[in-house]
Amino acid sequence: MNPVLFNRKRTVRTTITIAALIVIAFIVLLLSMNTGFTKMSPLEVLRTLFGGGTPRDELILFEFRLPRIVIALLVGTGLAIAGAILQGVSRNALADPGILGINSGAGLAVVLFVVTNPMRESASPMFMPFLALVGGFAAAAIIYLMAYKKDKGISSSRLVLSGIALAAGINALMIVLTLQLDPNEFNFIATWQAGSIWGSSWKFVLALLPWIVILLPAALWKARQLNVFSLGDDTATGLGSYLNKQRLLLLIIAVALSASCVAVSGGIGFIGLLGPHIARRLVGPRYEHVIPVSALIGAVLLLIADMVGRTLMENAEIPAGVMVAIIGGPYFLYLLARSRT
Amino acid sequence: MTRSTFVKGRQTSPKEEIWSRPYAALLIIIGGLVLLLAGLAFSVAKGSRQIPLDVVWQALVAFNPANQDHQVIWELRLPRAIAGALVGAAFAVAGALMQGMTRNPLADPGLLGVNAGAGFMLALCFAFFPGMGFNQLIMFSFIGAAVSVVLVYGIGSIAKGGLTPVRLALAGSAVAAMLVALSEGIALYFRISQDLAFWYAGGVAGVTWAQVDILWPWIAGALIGALLLSRSITILSLGDDVASGLGQRTSLVRLAAVLVVMVLAGASVSTVGAIGFIGLMIPHAARALVGVDYKWVIPTSAILGALLLVFADTFGRLLNPPTEQPVSALIALIGVPYFFYVIRKKVGDNF
Repeated sequence: MNPVLFNRKRTVRTTITIAALIVIAFIVLLLSMNTGFTKMSPLEVLRTLFGGGTPRDELILFEFRLPRIVIALLVGTGLAIAGAILQGVSRNALADPGILGINSGAGLAVVLFVVTNPMRESASPMFMPFLALVGGFAAAAIIYLMAYKKDKGISSSRLVLSGIALAAGINALMIVLTLQLDPNEFNFIATWQAGSIWGSSWKFVLALLPWIVILLPAALWKARQLNVFSLGDDTATGLGSYLNKQRLLLLIIAVALSASCVAVSGGIGFIGLLGPHIARRLVGPRYEHVIPVSALIGAVLLLIADMVGRTLMENAEIPAGVMVAIIGGPYFLYLLARSRT
Repeated sequence: MTRSTFVKGRQTSPKEEIWSRPYAALLIIIGGLVLLLAGLAFSVAKGSRQIPLDVVWQALVAFNPANQDHQVIWELRLPRAIAGALVGAAFAVAGALMQGMTRNPLADPGLLGVNAGAGFMLALCFAFFPGMGFNQLIMFSFIGAAVSVVLVYGIGSIAKGGLTPVRLALAGSAVAAMLVALSEGIALYFRISQDLAFWYAGGVAGVTWAQVDILWPWIAGALIGALLLSRSITILSLGDDVASGLGQRTSLVRLAAVLVVMVLAGASVSTVGAIGFIGLMIPHAARALVGVDYKWVIPTSAILGALLLVFADTFGRLLNPPTEQPVSALIALIGVPYFFYVIRKKVGDNF
């Protein structure tokens, strides 16, 4: 087949997929605005959106529901892109910031802060992503060093296994730390850890938005680089140290994305896994297509998970992270059972 | 060197490949038992209230209910120390069995989601049947452990290429993540998060005689089962082809081993919560010391595991009294670097 033609076909397919996903995102967005503890009809929502709602409706929609929806979209985007990058860099289709321990590292930093500073109201939402970033990078650095051997470079299996070990260790430490909290703080941390989109105010949107706005284009810009990694190390070693630098840069982007998301949403696993996988099914393996499509899929998935979690039970909320795990866990196991390496 | 030592360059029968050091093993088992007794005595004597060893001895041989020291020893310290030894042995032997039958250096009930499975069942029990007796709690935790064993091994083995360390670890961590998320959801909904976390943090602190009474027959039975299986596990650890070539019914052995692991992990997790890494570290140490014959690896692992948990628990109490450091965190502190070491040593560059 003519490679140019082939490429064009792919691009067309990606464009159609993206358009379809945007439509789906819009539908879910509208649904999500309608559902919640207080019932609002679609008409009321529309009227409120265009400035004709009652003060009560405006309060619910603009102050409670919309910020939370926007955060779900941003977090879903960030985690899915981080997952796509990590899968490319580790050449393991099952890598994900949760499994690699980066989320745990970021979470540990946040929990440490809450434990040592009893007045958590004093922590501005702007500060949380930086804190999570330190933890996320520390975890990533440990995993990277453990997977690195002088003469052989990074091995994908060592990377994955080190991540799993580190996550297990951090989780043990985290339980110990949270036990020292009083019941109120404990509940806050427990809910946050379970992956609840708790920062439902515009302040948190503002805290997260710059990270996504800067890192999303950076990931897209580096997408072609990820294609080179997928060729395997033998082919890629010809490029030598250049490759190691690229790998490091991409890792930094992925860690920064997932850590800033963890800061506002806690540990949501599996999104970074599901997004890229479904994307690959839809548009093939090339990362310039995979990254934007998985970003959209991640955003839609998390929005649905949050919406369902909010409305499934009358008097309680199920954290989005739990919802994602209920769907994502079995899917992950299915992928694993089918995988060859 | 004994005759059974593996000789390089010569065609050897499987039996000759199983190098072992029975004398070293016997020495470690006997020495370990002595050390364990010392450790138990130390554990009973030390704590926020220091008790001289002769008082400990008196409490054991001539218990005087009026003596407060004697009461502390009998009601608090002794059940705790005994449970620690039992659970440490159980986790270590569970790990040894898993590593032997999967030929996988990274198998461990914690990392493979078995602990999470038991924990998930316990979360369900806490939520729906609050105040359930320890007897039933143990049974449910067996079921939980069984469910996750089946999930992890089933999924790991369906895949083409079999159970590689990476695939097993991924399956384990995914099953664990899923079950932990479900437990968290249940705990948040029923507002039992903190109770569950206290239990999950692990520790032998609150163990009572009533619990030890229920615990020990299960663990003792399963340990004997593990010993009986040890010969088959050794053959299984040479690979499925060799094992079936020697006429072993591999699936039957696997099933029996999984049942034993389930009882060991389930009983331990329901008593002390999820303590990871013992099942990973101890069998490695045991194999390095006594060789790869599971007849020796299993008892050595049991002794070393008991020693590790009893000493870690005592150390956690002495570190910064009167606060106690949870034993699961202390063991993770040694366990994570050890895991990194095993990965670097034993895991090849590609799977």
